[in-house]
Amino acid sequence: MKSNLDDPPAIEAHELTKIYGRDNTEVVALRGVSVRVARGEVVALLGPSGAGKSTLLTAIGLINPPTTGRIAIGGVAVLNGPRPLVDLRAFRRRHLGFVFQKANLIPFLSARRNVQIALEINDVPARAARQRALELLDYLGVADRADHLPDELSGGQQQRVAVARALANQPSLILADEPTAALDSHRGRQVMELFRKVAHERGAGVLVVTHDHRSLDLFDRTLEMEDGRLHEPVRATSSSVPGQNPP
Amino acid sequence: MTLAAHDIRHNLGRFALTAVGIGLLLMIVLGMSGIYRGMIDDALVVVDGIGADLWVVQRDTRGPFAEISRVPMNLEERVRAVPGVAGARSFVSHSIQREHRGEPQRITVQGLAWPDDKGEWLPLAAGRPLAQAHFEIIADESLGLTVGEVVPLGKDRYTVVGTTKGMVSSGGDGLAFFTVRDAQAVQFDLPGEAIRLERAARRARSGDSELGRLSPLLLDRAAQSAAGIPAIGPAMISAVLVKVAPGHDIARVAASIANWPDVSLHTAAGQRDLLLRGMIDKARRQLGLFRALLVVISTIIMALIIYTLTLDKVHDIALLKLMGARNGMIAGLILQQALLLGAIGYVIAYALGGWVFPRFPRRVLIAPADLWALAGVVVAISCVASLLGIWKAMRVEPNKVLS
Ligand SMILES: Nc1ncnc2c1ncn2[C@@H]1O[C@H](COP(=O)(O)OP(=O)(O)O)[C@@H](O)[C@H]1O
Ligand SMILES: [Mg+2]
Repeated sequence: MKSNLDDPPAIEAHELTKIYGRDNTEVVALRGVSVRVARGEVVALLGPSGAGKSTLLTAIGLINPPTTGRIAIGGVAVLNGPRPLVDLRAFRRRHLGFVFQKANLIPFLSARRNVQIALEINDVPARAARQRALELLDYLGVADRADHLPDELSGGQQQRVAVARALANQPSLILADEPTAALDSHRGRQVMELFRKVAHERGAGVLVVTHDHRSLDLFDRTLEMEDGRLHEPVRATSSSVPGQNPP
Repeated sequence: MTLAAHDIRHNLGRFALTAVGIGLLLMIVLGMSGIYRGMIDDALVVVDGIGADLWVVQRDTRGPFAEISRVPMNLEERVRAVPGVAGARSFVSHSIQREHRGEPQRITVQGLAWPDDKGEWLPLAAGRPLAQAHFEIIADESLGLTVGEVVPLGKDRYTVVGTTKGMVSSGGDGLAFFTVRDAQAVQFDLPGEAIRLERAARRARSGDSELGRLSPLLLDRAAQSAAGIPAIGPAMISAVLVKVAPGHDIARVAASIANWPDVSLHTAAGQRDLLLRGMIDKARRQLGLFRALLVVISTIIMALIIYTLTLDKVHDIALLKLMGARNGMIAGLILQQALLLGAIGYVIAYALGGWVFPRFPRRVLIAPADLWALAGVVVAISCVASLLGIWKAMRVEPNKVLS
């Protein structure tokens, strides 16, 4: 599925600020950040450590609400400052997929069940969920490890299971925070290619925090953060979808 | 398999150990009710088994199971003369403590009204009922006696001809059934010297009185056996058991005996009631309190272990919330673990109890009603125990995944 300019954007965040702590321990992590990511677009978010990338990603991911600013996802206004406008948990369940630097698999569930549970949370019947989980693991090349517990998998295998889990419910928005930090460059690139494929084939918006400059060619657009502010894009990359940065 | 079961498999050692602990506690809870039921059953076994409609006892006493009751032996004949009475039997009951193979042994001596009552109604485990008027006993197995054994009591030697199982007094002492005469012989056994002293004392008392001085023959009499002195009644019995003839109203018969000024009358149901309320009630309250405490302790232990299992899962719970899991699913995970813990504890309690209880010194009687009640209690404590863990889980923020 190709995105349409008339479609509501996957992400539309307006003037986000985030202040951690208060009084003399106050840290300003976001200083008025506006982002727009279209459907079917893969966007990289770069920047030095402490720039506020994770803060931005988790704010958009509806698990770390901003102090001020508005967030709409898929055209639905979901947050106005810290105030939820929809049931955030139900919204995450249906529309969001997360991948983090750590795989964060549930340690007492097999690889397959770790994927399956994401589907079952969305009320997919167990049989269908099992089938779909196996397909996803196969797709990510870890089908042979389906019945192993997470600590029996290598870091790379765990991360691919986590990606399978993030994709399970066909989310309209995928948020990934340094997903390839634990992978070798080959595997890392494979994961990025997968995000690109999901975005372009299914029309999902993808926002990836990364330090891996060798894979930047796979992104439609690159954003850069520094000290809680978003910079102009440093370079345009492959362009299946035109960039739609706010001014 | 559910999420809860997967987690338990992952923490099997800790979970199994807790389940065993809970199981042991629940076993004691079950045992307590079993001991109580056993006490009731033991207490009623004689009242129910002996098959009397009415108990005639000493005036204003509650009968031989509650306190000492003494009525004259000829009361039996008086009762037999009442219209509607099919039979009257003497009953004797008292406790003695002797040594048996070097161990103290408490025996509750019961007298059976030979020849009407030979103990045929007793549930014999071995041997036979009484076959002669003297020197035979039927003893409960709990006394450690076997058929053929000879027990010296007082000046006589008694042969065990039969044994019963589970016939104990409300105090837990084994019953031994004698004929009434033998039971009295055991009860009123006095050493020869005591008898000689008593006769000398009688003679001295009579000698002091005018009557004794006027009739010297009386002094001779006083120095002889008590049975030969009309002024001294024969040995006393504990009660007279009345069987009402078929077709006669028990209440009518009871009313005519109840008018006698020297005795009191209890129906079999009344005697049961006195036993249960008088003797068992305190024990019941004591055991009940103890059980309640154990249930509370089990709940606390269970709540703590469920809570620590939940703390271990805080990261996973945050992840589930991040993925959008509903609260019901997360609470269900914790509740299922608590219920599973309770269920396994219950099974352990049941299985272990089946092995341990028969080895208890007193009878432990497990009724199906108690098993059901315990199952209900287990479900209840599992639910209560999971509350702390659920409370913790509900407060976990999804962004805990990142830390
Ligand atoms: N939970 C928090 N409490 C207080 N300060 C925080 C918290 N999370 C992040 N920060 C601060 O906010 C700033 C941005 O952090 P972060 O978004 O993690 O940056 P990045 O992901 O770009 O490295 C940093 O100065 C960091 O110390
Ligand atoms: Mg970060």
